[in-house]
Amino acid sequence: MSISTFLQHALTGVSLGGAYALIAIGYTMVYGILRLINFAHGDIFMMAGYFMIFAMAALPWQIAIPIVCIVTIILGVLIEKVAYKPLRTAPRMSIMISAIGASYLIQNLATYLFTALPRAYPEIPFLKRIFNFGSVSASLVTFITPILTILLSVGLIQLINHSKMGMAMRAVSKDFETAQLMGIKINRVISFTFVIGSFLAAIGSILYFTDRMSVTPFSGTLPGLKCFVAAVLGGIGSIPGAVVGGFAIGICETLLVACGYSTFSDAFTFILLIIVLLFRPTGLFGEKNIDKV
Amino acid sequence: MKKQKKIAYSLILLAVTFVLLFFLEGNKSEYGMAYTVIQKGIILAVVAVSMNLVTGFTGLFSLGQAGFMAIGAYITALFLIPVDNIEGVFYIEPISPTILSMKKAIEAGPAWLQPLIPYIALILGGLAAALCAGLIGIPVLRLKSDYLAIATLGFSEIMRAVISSPQMNRITNGSYGLKKIQGFDSIIQTFCIAAFCIALMILLIRSSYGRAFKAIREDEIAAEAMGINLFRHKELSFIVGSFFSAVSGGMLAMFMRSIDSKTFSISLTYDILLIVVIGGIGSVTGSVIAALLVTMSKEWWLRFFDQPLSIGGVEIPLFRTGFRMVIFSILLMIVVLFYQRGLMGKNEFSWVGLSKACKKLKNKLVKTSKKGGNAHAE
Repeated sequence: MSISTFLQHALTGVSLGGAYALIAIGYTMVYGILRLINFAHGDIFMMAGYFMIFAMAALPWQIAIPIVCIVTIILGVLIEKVAYKPLRTAPRMSIMISAIGASYLIQNLATYLFTALPRAYPEIPFLKRIFNFGSVSASLVTFITPILTILLSVGLIQLINHSKMGMAMRAVSKDFETAQLMGIKINRVISFTFVIGSFLAAIGSILYFTDRMSVTPFSGTLPGLKCFVAAVLGGIGSIPGAVVGGFAIGICETLLVACGYSTFSDAFTFILLIIVLLFRPTGLFGEKNIDKV
Repeated sequence: MKKQKKIAYSLILLAVTFVLLFFLEGNKSEYGMAYTVIQKGIILAVVAVSMNLVTGFTGLFSLGQAGFMAIGAYITALFLIPVDNIEGVFYIEPISPTILSMKKAIEAGPAWLQPLIPYIALILGGLAAALCAGLIGIPVLRLKSDYLAIATLGFSEIMRAVISSPQMNRITNGSYGLKKIQGFDSIIQTFCIAAFCIALMILLIRSSYGRAFKAIREDEIAAEAMGINLFRHKELSFIVGSFFSAVSGGMLAMFMRSIDSKTFSISLTYDILLIVVIGGIGSVTGSVIAALLVTMSKEWWLRFFDQPLSIGGVEIPLFRTGFRMVIFSILLMIVVLFYQRGLMGKNEFSWVGLSKACKKLKNKLVKTSKKGGNAHAE
């Protein structure tokens, strides 16, 4: 592999990793607070892709993007209210099954509404502009993705460390019940978590699908699982961890595809997951938590 | 209720089942839909019970069923494609010579061996899956609930990726899948294999091992304090569950006659999970009943949801392809949110339970009819 092809693949990998990182943040935040793998998160991301298709059909992209973000946020919060809120005190397994059920429902609904055939993703001409650096060429979205990811995650970390809502979120993730006793409105905090997660998923979806060109009802499943692995790799509950994990998985995957092992690129992610869980279950940046009997 | 009476009822039920199956076998062409749907339901019952063994009785939330089924299905399929058809199936790249010569040796074997080959294939498929389960169980079973779920889900995806990879073309025919697999002789054969598998699992659940599984499900730490070796029992449950999942996968291959890696995607695991949840997590009979009910309604009774429907000349816009699955997922959500116990909860089917339920229903009916009568009188 020559240096220029390597650079080309590395660029693609960083761009993919940026989109993964944004989705991984959604997983890590929900897991940090609810101790729940939000299986539906990947499908929220997929639905954001469809929302964009419909929004772009009628509106210019400057208006379409905010609308897509708002609709995705509504969907995310709705899922929380319908599928997770009634089961707050139920055993862990029921909530997980409910999450799987929500994901199953969204996929089937999408198949029903939009058919299983892939739909072309609208092009945003401004994002698609091609830049050439010597023999390496890439569209603008490739450069914007990592920058936007880092900006958003820095902003989010500031929000969590320095705002009242952020403080409440930290408290809830440390101890659910005590936080409630201290007068924190748990449900509002959880909804806010889903708002942020879905917003980032919408942005991630725009960046991801602009490169992929088409959306199907099942195009959220695998990226969703991979991003969960990214969140675990970085240490679940940690936002910088999710970003690093997202980039790591995106880059590794692209390089594997470049080496001709494209069928194993998905398998690689899960092997990575098992290895991480065995040797460092708290991930790269995770806090150690002690099991109480 | 007296024991003799219970046994008599059970025998009658068994006899009725067999009469029904023989009837279906005799009138295959007229009742084609019922035939295939019941056969599929029986096969899914095996995997649903095996998932229940791992998830419901041992409390390990494992989502790897599709992967184990794939192992079983591919091994069974390789055994059961007749040698004459091999070339037609592996038309992209020829099958690996070792497998071909092995298949030829089997086909040239003694005559009494031939009818046993499907059973041998199913068992070998199950053993291969059990071996896989044993190996991945060592690292994976140390994980806690949701991590275990995602790791097993990951395993099933890895399995699918390996099967469909071009490097495996000479064994699994890559993404083209295997076709022309020899099917079941009759629905009675399917039923007997399934019943045997489920009976074995029930025996395991009723043994001291089964009680240990339940103890682990209720409280791991307390179980360990009682002297139950956590890892060994979890591993045993996982291995046995995978074995029967793979057997069921092999049966699915025999039922469908052609398989490819897409058959064993995550959505298959979700479908099985749906059956287990509707039947009741921790109830074998619940899983069996739900497997039959869900398969029959999904593939047969509720088909009309997918067809355009018009009442009195007005076309109802909701009814078109995919609506059935939406209804099903909504049903699953309703069960999960409001009837967490499913059909049976943790109870098993028994004649006593049935007669009690009948009496309850009768009382209710009598009460409501009385109420209705009073209202009339007033």
